[in-house]
Amino acid sequence: MEAVSWIVLIVDATLRVSTPLILAAFAGLFAERSGVVDIGLEGKMLGAAFAAAAAAFATGSPWLGLLAGIGASVALAMIHAFACVTHNGNQVVSGMALNILAAGLGPVLALAWFGHGGQTPMVADTARFRPIHFPFADRLSDTPFLGQIYSEIVSGHNLIVYVALGMVPLAAWLVYRTRFGLRLRAVGEAPEAVDTAGISVAGMRYRAMAVCGVLCGVAGASLSIAQNALFVRDMTAGMGYLALAALIFGKWRPAPTLFACFLFAFADAVQARLQGVDIPGVGVVPVQAIQAIPYLLTVLLLAGFVGRASAPGASGLPYVKER
Amino acid sequence: MSGFGGPTRAPAWVTHGLVPLINLALALAVAGVVVALIGEDPSEALRLLALGAVGHPEAIGYTLYYATNFVFTGLAVAIAFHCGLFNIGGEGQAYLGGLGAGLAALAFGDWPAPAAIPLAVAAAAAFGAFWGFVPGWLQAKRGSHIVITTIMFNFLAAALMTWLMVEVLIEPGRQTAESRTFAPGAWLPFAHDVLAALGVDMGRSSLNLSFLLALACLGLFWLFVWRTRWGYEIRAVGHNEEAAVYGGISPARAIMLAMAVSGGLAGLVGVNEIVGVHHRLLLEFTAGYGFVGIAVALMGRNHPVGILLAALLFGALYQGGSELAFDMPNVTRDMVVVLQGLVILFSGALENMFRARIEGRFARRARAVRAA
Repeated sequence: MEAVSWIVLIVDATLRVSTPLILAAFAGLFAERSGVVDIGLEGKMLGAAFAAAAAAFATGSPWLGLLAGIGASVALAMIHAFACVTHNGNQVVSGMALNILAAGLGPVLALAWFGHGGQTPMVADTARFRPIHFPFADRLSDTPFLGQIYSEIVSGHNLIVYVALGMVPLAAWLVYRTRFGLRLRAVGEAPEAVDTAGISVAGMRYRAMAVCGVLCGVAGASLSIAQNALFVRDMTAGMGYLALAALIFGKWRPAPTLFACFLFAFADAVQARLQGVDIPGVGVVPVQAIQAIPYLLTVLLLAGFVGRASAPGASGLPYVKER
Repeated sequence: MSGFGGPTRAPAWVTHGLVPLINLALALAVAGVVVALIGEDPSEALRLLALGAVGHPEAIGYTLYYATNFVFTGLAVAIAFHCGLFNIGGEGQAYLGGLGAGLAALAFGDWPAPAAIPLAVAAAAAFGAFWGFVPGWLQAKRGSHIVITTIMFNFLAAALMTWLMVEVLIEPGRQTAESRTFAPGAWLPFAHDVLAALGVDMGRSSLNLSFLLALACLGLFWLFVWRTRWGYEIRAVGHNEEAAVYGGISPARAIMLAMAVSGGLAGLVGVNEIVGVHHRLLLEFTAGYGFVGIAVALMGRNHPVGILLAALLFGALYQGGSELAFDMPNVTRDMVVVLQGLVILFSGALENMFRARIEGRFARRARAVRAA
């Protein structure tokens, strides 16, 4: 029985941690499949987390908070597109600039508007996305196994967790089964072919960055007004980079990317549970070793030691129309 | 990556003087708008910032101390740029450099300073170089993208350091994760102590003799990049890899060399921080200096003179920014981080927005003058 509840708790934590990861990784998927490298996922999430918490605190509405988060993130995504698509700027430099800009801007505005140091005040429960309890979840929580799974894993998450999970098949359908998706993938692999077909390469990339912005916005909001109740300095703590790692580990494809997000989140959940636990025959595993696993795996994958990852053909390359 | 430091026909003072200044002015203007938005007076903030940076001897000392770090990380980013690589791993390489410096100082602190300090400097450079070389090797031999690998190596460095400090190197009985203080043989003298011995009073600051090391690195960087065969190979690969191969240069070797040198330079931040200031190993002493190096290299156009000026500028911003927070409680050093992001945006990502236009104008004029 002990083991079952342990597993249930781990799965529960994995779902919670993976939500912003999934959203950000799929944001990156749209950007990179269109040929725009985006290491600015971190900054967009951070900006969105601040805007969402600030707006939710000011208006008392989680929905306006979410909207503000999406707005901030899309604005940053549009700057990225303006620099990289319109002006053929270096995509990595631009992403880095936005990460640093967002890391500074959040605390500056938080201090000026709320006077709480570099963070927002606590957001009231009514202004947050609270856990949703499914019917009978409470009554079934004592029922062994199925009841526990239902009440702990299926029920009791905030809305954004379900939205993120629902977004995955939608995104996969959009990328692989629609005209938009075909053009998106084409513009990332062979922009000159798309251009020849009379479709605007810049237009497609701007649209992809807009989708990327929206998803990063939801990811940021999930941190500050769903999982937590305020914005604090650097609250993304490298999650945007981890999402990028998951995207690469997933070889820029939806299902493997989802799996990678779960894997990384699982490593995080296990790491939190294993702190100071003495495993028979192994001893105490350093927490940092487990925390390092996702980064190590990504390096090994990129080095071709764990399968081969190949980026979209035109990723990172500005498209200059022939004249 | 021909955009970085690529050849242009415009006069040098336009490319290396006017354009960076315009980009800086734009970044300052946008930052000024932010300051105005939060209800403070931008010109007053700028005045206080300048005063806090160079207004009194201690302030100048701190400005130079920050600039020391930025010279190291700026040069680190620049050497990689010369090879067409973007090294975002300065932060992790600086962290490892500090570890190397600290381990050497712990081991050899009892030795006389003329022996202990060079050992600590060499260890810092070696550890940093290793942390840069591995991503370089992975890029050169296995084709792993350097940007992603160096990002991952930043996190790996952080995990490694946290584990080492919390579990291994912590001084027994300490609450915080810090090693024991080094024996005095491994303390790099503070500038104020040296100057006091010479009869000059400059007030106490964190400025130490690492600053001289930074100046030496600037000179050596110039020699290495423009006056040695290795530097030539690195630049050749950065400009045109295929042409370099045709010229008998091995791009893999150039990439690994550039990344090792880059990591070594970033690692020297550890000398300034660990051997120069803290005199013990601790966590998170890199404080984002590795990322500032990106802005410094972009503003300084990958040239030592430009990097020195940009490092001094950012040193002044860091020092002035922390003093500014006393006078304007609403404007903290985070404002400097905003400015740093804007500088990278304007002089890096948006460099094509104005540069081509400005340089084009001057290039035409120069041609016209020559023709006449």
